[in-house]
Amino acid sequence: MKLLNRICVACLVCNLFTAAWAEDWLQFRGSDNSGIVRGTPLPETLDGSEWTASLSGRGLSSPIILGDRVILTCSDGYRQDRLIVACFSEKTGDKLWQREFWATGRTICHEKMCVATPTPASDGQRIFAFYSSNDVICLDLEGNLQWYRGLTFDFPNVSNSLGMASSLVVRDGTVVCMAENDTQSLTFGLNAEDGTTRWQLERPRSANWTSPIVWPEDNSLVLLQSSKGVSAVDPRTGATAWEYLDGAATIPSLTVANGVAYVPSHGLTAIKPGSSDPRTPEILWQVAQLSPSTASPLVHEGRAYVINNAGVLVCADITNGERKWQCRLTGKFSATPIISANRLYCFNEQGLGQVVRLDAEQGEVIHTRDFEQTILATPSAANGALYLRSDRNLWKIK
Amino acid sequence: MTESRSTLCGVVVLISCGCLIALQERVAAGPPAEEVSAAILRIQEVSGQAEGHVAARQAIQTLQSQDASALLPILQALETANPLSANWLRNAFETIAARTVKQGQPLPVDEMFAFLGEKSHNPKSRRLTFEWLRRVAGERTNSLIPGFLNDPSDELRREAVARLLEEASAIPATEASAQSRRRELYQQALTGASDDDQVRKIVAALKEYDISVDLPRHYGLLTDWYLIGPFDNKNESGFPVVYPPEQQVDLAGEYAGQLGPVTWQQYSTDDSYGTMDLAKLVGPHKGAILYACTDFPSETAQPVEFRLATPNAWKLWLNGELLFEREEYHRGTFFDQYRVPAKLKPGKNQILLKICQNEQEQSWAQDWKIQFRVCNPFGMAVSQPEQAE
Repeated sequence: MKLLNRICVACLVCNLFTAAWAEDWLQFRGSDNSGIVRGTPLPETLDGSEWTASLSGRGLSSPIILGDRVILTCSDGYRQDRLIVACFSEKTGDKLWQREFWATGRTICHEKMCVATPTPASDGQRIFAFYSSNDVICLDLEGNLQWYRGLTFDFPNVSNSLGMASSLVVRDGTVVCMAENDTQSLTFGLNAEDGTTRWQLERPRSANWTSPIVWPEDNSLVLLQSSKGVSAVDPRTGATAWEYLDGAATIPSLTVANGVAYVPSHGLTAIKPGSSDPRTPEILWQVAQLSPSTASPLVHEGRAYVINNAGVLVCADITNGERKWQCRLTGKFSATPIISANRLYCFNEQGLGQVVRLDAEQGEVIHTRDFEQTILATPSAANGALYLRSDRNLWKIK
Repeated sequence: MTESRSTLCGVVVLISCGCLIALQERVAAGPPAEEVSAAILRIQEVSGQAEGHVAARQAIQTLQSQDASALLPILQALETANPLSANWLRNAFETIAARTVKQGQPLPVDEMFAFLGEKSHNPKSRRLTFEWLRRVAGERTNSLIPGFLNDPSDELRREAVARLLEEASAIPATEASAQSRRRELYQQALTGASDDDQVRKIVAALKEYDISVDLPRHYGLLTDWYLIGPFDNKNESGFPVVYPPEQQVDLAGEYAGQLGPVTWQQYSTDDSYGTMDLAKLVGPHKGAILYACTDFPSETAQPVEFRLATPNAWKLWLNGELLFEREEYHRGTFFDQYRVPAKLKPGKNQILLKICQNEQEQSWAQDWKIQFRVCNPFGMAVSQPEQAE
């Protein structure tokens, strides 16, 4: 009987751990890059600030959440050449540790951007931080350095005078770093264990601020978007599985749902791997009026959502791209929204948070909160809480 | 008596065992100083392309686990570390320092102050030292700031300049000597300022006293150039083409240009920030290339940085050696946009630039310009001998 009790307790503890870790938000737009909150729904309003932490540097990167830790990157100093990784307690907002590094690549950026624009990623055991200077930092969860790479140190023409923004993804033990620009345009697959280069790809020579996206199916792929289109590569080898070559945007990133990639290309284009020729994807539909601006598109429960450059949220049917409704939001957006339950959470550049109820026939702004600071970073979510950052603060809203 | 003897024996045995265990642990780990030195050496061998990562990953674990006695050796090791290994060492330093402070243990403050005070040490490691000292000995550390005004470290100079600007603005206007004191403080601040935000504040403040600042001289901006062109760059095809000026700079030479024969012509700019507006000086050619050449005299062999700003594709040579090239068009123009390390030789140094304009039609893509300065690696102008004060 005692043994049975112990097994039950052990199972309960395991379940609790699994439940907590299952809701981790491990990279840009969540662990599956979708921007969809899969676990505990977010609150209906943004009024409940559980804590607000002060930050010691600028940043457009999103926080990532691992269990009871919230990890964030910042850049500081007159030249923004101080690279910061900070870890906060998810419960209290107390800073648990902070580590700083010296950028080894260029830190010049457009004034709207900053060096800490790419969102870090984690495989649950390690933290991988990436910056516009193309420095890649791997730390354990206590802030101890595991390895450090300087991709511009290695390739001095890998840079962009306006700054670089691509976030990281980790898949199959490979950290995928897009460092694509007008001059020496490369994407790297780094071994998560030791930082060595597993592969590197020559990419289209064109400035590119999009992020790699994991293909959330059984077959292991990472999608790389560029001005030329989309390349699906094997993260273990860098080998290209298929390519879409009809051009794509270089700011908003694609999203994947149910085996279909929704690509900001000629408006919005839905593609899926080809059945007859697996190297050539099939175009399901293409709608010019569904044109995302800076914020990336989202797909949720049969609907695609884009915010255009007029600040209008457009909802479309994912089976054919047909517009279902549109809803005018307030302001201009850099941050990509996230969706929880039937609500979309978006933050405009002036810091106005807006919660939009997503009904079948219409969208309606049901709540707003003015954070009174510039907000350009995409929010994150875990365990029913939304995390939002500005240059000065990190908020936990629950 | 027998009981006391037994107790004493027990204590001796226990102490002996403790010593033996400690000795065994020490032997297994090696003497700490040697262990630290060995770990530092492994980390210093880290280089580009993840070279040395395997050994360094083990070494940094050893280093991160040390106590505060390892902090000074790490700071000293930063002197000779490359930019990559410096970050490994920095993390070891911060990990140890953070743990030590958290445990309520002291940092080796006196040794760190001595390290900070020695200006020949690496500016970055001195700044790191300054930041940790400010956390644990704030008042004593802050008292050093005025002495940083002409420090080699740009980050420490910035503290001193900021302090002077604060002092100047805090002087009550009602004070009889307010104007002259402020003016003196601004002039003093200018001697250490190399960050443009601070320089702009000082220039604006001094303007109120009818004092103009010679910014090209302050920054080491080059304002006199020989130019030749345009050469062809239609369809951005001219970047790799070796036109005659790349083979030899002959200021008397005449060559076939894009629109006919071209010769070297002397130009200068009176722009306060030394910008050579090529589209205005030579013409708003599109799909075109200009070369710019100047001599920079140096009394000694010395390391410098060439810092340039341009929205155009460019190549840079020093004394015939290609230092860097970048084929990027119209991604903005920023002060100190590019930093290229170089080594001047004694005597004349020939600087040659190739500046390429493409055919983009947007209004913001009509810029064809260059701003170029010569400074030391920490941003202070390197004066030409005839300009030296």
